[in-house]
Amino acid sequence: MARIECPKCHHVVDTPGIVTVCPECGADLRGVMEELAHRREKMRDVAHDDSVTTHEFIVRTKELEKIYVMGEVEVPALRGVEINIRRGEYLSIMGPSGSGKSTLFNMVGGLDKPTKGTCFIEEVDMAQLDAFELAWLRCRKIGYIFQTFNLIPVMTALENVTLPMIFAGMSSDEMMERGAMLLELVGLGDRLHHKPYELSGGQQQRVAVARALANAPAIILADEPTGNLDLQTGKEIIDLLKELNEESGVTIISATHDLKMIDVSDRVVHIRDGQVERIENRADIDLDVGSLGSEADPELDE
Amino acid sequence: MINKELARKLYAEDDRLEPGAEVQRQITLPWGQAARISYRNVTMRLGRAMITGAGVVLGIAFLCSVWTAKVAQEGIARFEATSATYVGGEEASLAPGAEEAEAEAKARAARQAWLVVMSLLVSAVGITNSMLMSVTERFREIGTMKCLGALDEFIVRLFLIESAVLGMLGSIVGAILGHLIMLVVYITKERGVAAMMDWGQMVEYILIALGIGTVLSLFAAVPPAVRAARMPPAAALSTEI
Repeated sequence: MARIECPKCHHVVDTPGIVTVCPECGADLRGVMEELAHRREKMRDVAHDDSVTTHEFIVRTKELEKIYVMGEVEVPALRGVEINIRRGEYLSIMGPSGSGKSTLFNMVGGLDKPTKGTCFIEEVDMAQLDAFELAWLRCRKIGYIFQTFNLIPVMTALENVTLPMIFAGMSSDEMMERGAMLLELVGLGDRLHHKPYELSGGQQQRVAVARALANAPAIILADEPTGNLDLQTGKEIIDLLKELNEESGVTIISATHDLKMIDVSDRVVHIRDGQVERIENRADIDLDVGSLGSEADPELDE
Repeated sequence: MINKELARKLYAEDDRLEPGAEVQRQITLPWGQAARISYRNVTMRLGRAMITGAGVVLGIAFLCSVWTAKVAQEGIARFEATSATYVGGEEASLAPGAEEAEAEAKARAARQAWLVVMSLLVSAVGITNSMLMSVTERFREIGTMKCLGALDEFIVRLFLIESAVLGMLGSIVGAILGHLIMLVVYITKERGVAAMMDWGQMVEYILIALGIGTVLSLFAAVPPAVRAARMPPAAALSTEI
């Protein structure tokens, strides 16, 4: 409990709860303490009221737990993760491999079901959705980018980008036009009819980014998007994501252990052993990294 | 640098797509589009498709060759029987020969039934095996499609079209192959065999073989496809083959 002020002599008591009487004037402090506790409870209720949080948080997780059963051994991958992700935010989930960040990614993206706890997307409880609604959510609300690109190998870049639009029921002409525009946006306007194997890794990932944007989702989930790319190409993809985030306001959630991501992230969530270790805001990180980076990399000064 | 205007435009367009309108709240895969994707899958992976199809071709070719042999032997037997009555003339000399022929026909029928069962088994195993492989090696793709918003039945639909087409094409090739090879074998043995055969029966057998090939490949492909489609996308994506 925080410090309270004695109502009589205005002496500040540091340890209410241990001391129930003001050490200066001997007045009874229990009334003030009760009032404070009551006020706190009220604040907590407000924080949990959906109507208050709806617009601020696009993704919320609540006591998210995931246990993988491998033979007879139970391996906990997530142990009560609670994060709130703001609309329009560029959030990075960092952690060593095996820390549970990919598992968290799968839960938030509706790709797997948690063992316990829930995940809310735009205040919709994912656990309550049936298969159709879940597919709709994946199709319209979330765009996915993977470490291994996961393009459909038999389709051209344009066909890959338009596939989610087919599912969304878009007309053929509209689809082609939008697909071409999206590829243009990611800088592949001249590669529309190339197959994935005819493209470099960076180009394939750009196609994946365009595909993630197909139905103008509110969230882009990226699982180690730079994991299979060299430094320069990785940087290009990160910059592309950041620019998209700034221009279109799409929320980007990226699981990564690429330190280049820190520069562009609004917040960084550090995961360790299936729990949130700490959450850093960009302002704090700038202080840590900025002085080092500006000497080593002159580009950062721009 | 990205084209900022384009980025904004692509997102501004989304206002029409917002889920406010009930009409937009749909997930579809029209049969036409599904057929197009399946066609792509077959033509782009022609080598793989041919291996899958080869299972069907071999099975049905075996089945058809056995049936062709059956029809040809029956034709020859019938021809010999009629010419025997014609040549023999007398009833007394005919009786023991007919009995012998009858016993021989029975033994032949049993042998052929056994061969048909065997060839059906061979084709069933071959088809199931190749279809199972072609689904399994595409788990990742299935997971990806589900991430993009595909319903379970879309996945099944794609494999249904693909396996039906592969099964049908494979059966046609197999039936022609098996039939022709066996026919040539019998023609070299007995020149006039084509005239002795019951062609109505032969066509019937070939159609049955086509049906068996198609149905078998459908039945072999659908269960693994359903299983793959029902997997949580995370599990399908993390499959390593």
